[in-house]
Amino acid sequence: MAGQRCAVVGVGQTKYESTRGDVSMPGLVREAALRALADAEMEWADIDAVVIGKAPDFFEGVMMPELYLAEALGCVGKPILRVHTAGSVGGSTALVAASLVQAGVHGRVLTLGYEKQSESNAMWALSLPQPFQTSVNAGAGGYFSPIIRQYMTRSNAPDLIGCMVAFKDRRHALRNPYAHLHQTDLTFDQVVDSPMLWDPIRYSETCPSSDGACAMVLTDETAADRASKPVAWVHGTAMRSEANNFPGRDEVNPAASRQCAAEVFAQAGIRDPRNEIDVVEMYVPFSWYEPMWLESIGFCDEGEGWKLVEEGVTNFEGGDLPVNCSGGVLSSNPIGASGMIRFAEAALQVRGMAGDHQVDGVSKAFGHAYGGGAQYFAMWVLGTDKP
Amino acid sequence: MTGSEVPPIDLPDLDVSAIEAIEGVEPVRSVRTPIRLDYRYVPGRAAVTYLEAMAEKRILGQRDPDTGHVFVPPRGVNPASGRVLDEFVELPDRGHVGSFCITNVPIPGRDDLSLPYASCWIFLDGADIGFLGLVAGCDPDEVRLGMRVAAKWKPDDELTASAENIRWWEPTGEPDMPLDEIRGGRGA
Amino acid sequence: MRPVAVVSTAQRQEPELSGLTEVELMAPLIEKARSAVGLTQADIGFTCSGSSDFLAGQAFSFVMTLDAVGPVPPIAESHVEMDGAWALYEAWVKLQIGEIDTALVYSYGKSSPGSIRDVLATQLDPYYVAPLWPDSWALGALQARVLLEGGVVSERRMAEIAARSQSHAAGNANAVRAGTPTVDDLLDTAFVADPLRPHDCAATADGGVAVVLAADDRAGDLSDRPAWIRGIDHRIDAHHFGVRDLVAAPSAALAARHAGLGSDRVDIAELHSPFTTSEHLLTDALGLDEAAVTINPSGGALAGDTLMASGLMRIAEVADRISAGTADRGVAHASSGPWLQQNLVCVMGAD
Repeated sequence: MAGQRCAVVGVGQTKYESTRGDVSMPGLVREAALRALADAEMEWADIDAVVIGKAPDFFEGVMMPELYLAEALGCVGKPILRVHTAGSVGGSTALVAASLVQAGVHGRVLTLGYEKQSESNAMWALSLPQPFQTSVNAGAGGYFSPIIRQYMTRSNAPDLIGCMVAFKDRRHALRNPYAHLHQTDLTFDQVVDSPMLWDPIRYSETCPSSDGACAMVLTDETAADRASKPVAWVHGTAMRSEANNFPGRDEVNPAASRQCAAEVFAQAGIRDPRNEIDVVEMYVPFSWYEPMWLESIGFCDEGEGWKLVEEGVTNFEGGDLPVNCSGGVLSSNPIGASGMIRFAEAALQVRGMAGDHQVDGVSKAFGHAYGGGAQYFAMWVLGTDKP
Repeated sequence: MTGSEVPPIDLPDLDVSAIEAIEGVEPVRSVRTPIRLDYRYVPGRAAVTYLEAMAEKRILGQRDPDTGHVFVPPRGVNPASGRVLDEFVELPDRGHVGSFCITNVPIPGRDDLSLPYASCWIFLDGADIGFLGLVAGCDPDEVRLGMRVAAKWKPDDELTASAENIRWWEPTGEPDMPLDEIRGGRGA
Repeated sequence: MRPVAVVSTAQRQEPELSGLTEVELMAPLIEKARSAVGLTQADIGFTCSGSSDFLAGQAFSFVMTLDAVGPVPPIAESHVEMDGAWALYEAWVKLQIGEIDTALVYSYGKSSPGSIRDVLATQLDPYYVAPLWPDSWALGALQARVLLEGGVVSERRMAEIAARSQSHAAGNANAVRAGTPTVDDLLDTAFVADPLRPHDCAATADGGVAVVLAADDRAGDLSDRPAWIRGIDHRIDAHHFGVRDLVAAPSAALAARHAGLGSDRVDIAELHSPFTTSEHLLTDALGLDEAAVTINPSGGALAGDTLMASGLMRIAEVADRISAGTADRGVAHASSGPWLQQNLVCVMGAD
């Protein structure tokens, strides 16, 4: 672990919904922030600095909205940083907050990610006319689908692995009251029979579009030692980025992903991730990315990820490496918060506070986010013991 | 598990009450505040050269003299090294499908497309990176890895300095690329 | 804190860079900043950039610009949707952890594609204020009016600030507004947003800047005279207009105090002031004695304001003068938001 010790002492989430029409943008971020502060048993005045992240400003139509949110985030007279690293932003934001503590610059940092996609038209924001080039891919699904096809060809995975992941995550979401999608009557056959949008990606294998915010309070060792509730210690943090399109790029298993995982496990002193990590919160916006990331991160050998899915290894019930017990991005996707939710859910698991989706006996958890054309990565490892 | 089993949210109390003066006032749930901003995009140095050649039905890429790699469409740098590029090379208007996606989602502004259509990673002969292009002129079910395709240009009297000059890519009927020569992923 | 210094800078600023994409603008600048100290990207421990999608008119606009760095093999990297001065702050934090010794920071902005004064209106309260589309000059004029009526500044003082900026800018190839107008000449011009005249408003520009940071002994290895960061801090004020005190810049004063400005003598100050009136406020908030401190030797942001890069350019201007030996101590300032809402202060020195 790098620098001074750092721990997660508070987590706060909003209910994720397609439209949080009951709150304004400040109301939304405040809801998550106040819950994180309450969990940390702190007041606004206890916070030294704020680090906020979100995806493109066009989603809400507000340029650099942290300026407008200064009061709502209780940071008047304090430092605030605004991170934006595409889809990985929620994870990167948490890591910037952690680095403030690890560097000894601040002792108590509030970090928050949010998106209020209902305030604007996300499809519009992502489809601003791109002059000088033709538009052929119709959204993120069109971009990732050819990569998923490559994975299927390369690994000889059975066609329905993606459906198994989607069904699993939607079942997991029923255990998480904050999740956006609570499809209580969903059957596996319904997932399989859902419309094929971007072949091989079916409708039920894609993430929803959600409003929501997620916040954490990170502190130094002194403050964490004083906490009355369990804390989650940061054992490793890593960020890696690579170019979108260059000769020889492995898009299925990007070098940036592999190197980011190697770095975070090295920091955490983990040699055998499959056996040493107890629970995983991974950024899976399209179902097939679960087996793909399992391989890339090193939870199994290349070509073996789909077998873990097929064998139920990643299930909450009965799996020895449960993945996305919260329901994951496939069940809640406020983009700017989605990465932070992964990081925060990892913290809840380590703290034993994940409620009905709590895995027994967690001592180490892994949080993961990615973004861009699978080119931005943020990861952390948390543990019950001091690193 | 049934709906009634979804656990209730056990939330810390939040004081979100309105100030007394507006208690009882019917809340405003939304306001419409349209935003319009006009931008004048610039194609940039590399893209201007590329687009001007497009008007003549020529496809230009940029070559990195250090690595020999050819990039199309050109963006002025080698994305792997950041090296500034200024050497242009002409590429044939044909190549192969590296990977593809059969899409059932309409593209805003492309009403001419019938669903489903195939969007593909296309690797031109002599290029070292691929780009997304539309493959038509065949049943989407026939699209496959390694399929040879060529540009379907707009009629000559409709050509402008635009990437839209290529309406789509269509099969050439040549034999597929051998599996180990298909670009866009190891062994794919 | 761990000693960290600016060891190399490269920048470019023009009224309008209409022939270049952001990648084409930044690739040569990044290469220049790295190669000036003999580094390649493989030698850089952390990379951080600052830019805005609303300037580019594209979501995820920074993703393509990353190509300018050449991020293969993969790099440790982050991005702030803020002026590059805050990207430098994030890199400085990473260097404090002690695991890396070098960092690359860059930022860029092209306001020419859009109507910048309207684009900036989208920073305002989206429910109550932005729908009224107050443009940035109008907001500046509201503040100027309060300052004038309150006797805090005079129109002559404002013109003096503008004249000083323009004459300093005459020696700066990157400045976009330079000259030797007299104060009376300036006061003879028509208002653009009463009480603001053209010279009171920063000259909008397109541009970019790249900076290399190094820590401890590495800085001395890379530069004969590193510009050491002696203190750096940033703070934000409230946003809502009803609670702002328009005759003060409290977060600038707070950041200056936390950065240790005041305990140090400084020779030069580079201020990111969008208006002559804000320069006056900043001089006061930072406690700068104009008799002893050269304010904006480059002309400052008034002589060329590249949104998202202006703050990092101020840091580069101070660092360049320290490294060249024309100054021993200096302070650089960056701001963001309406009426100097958010401010960063970076105190630098040759020792």
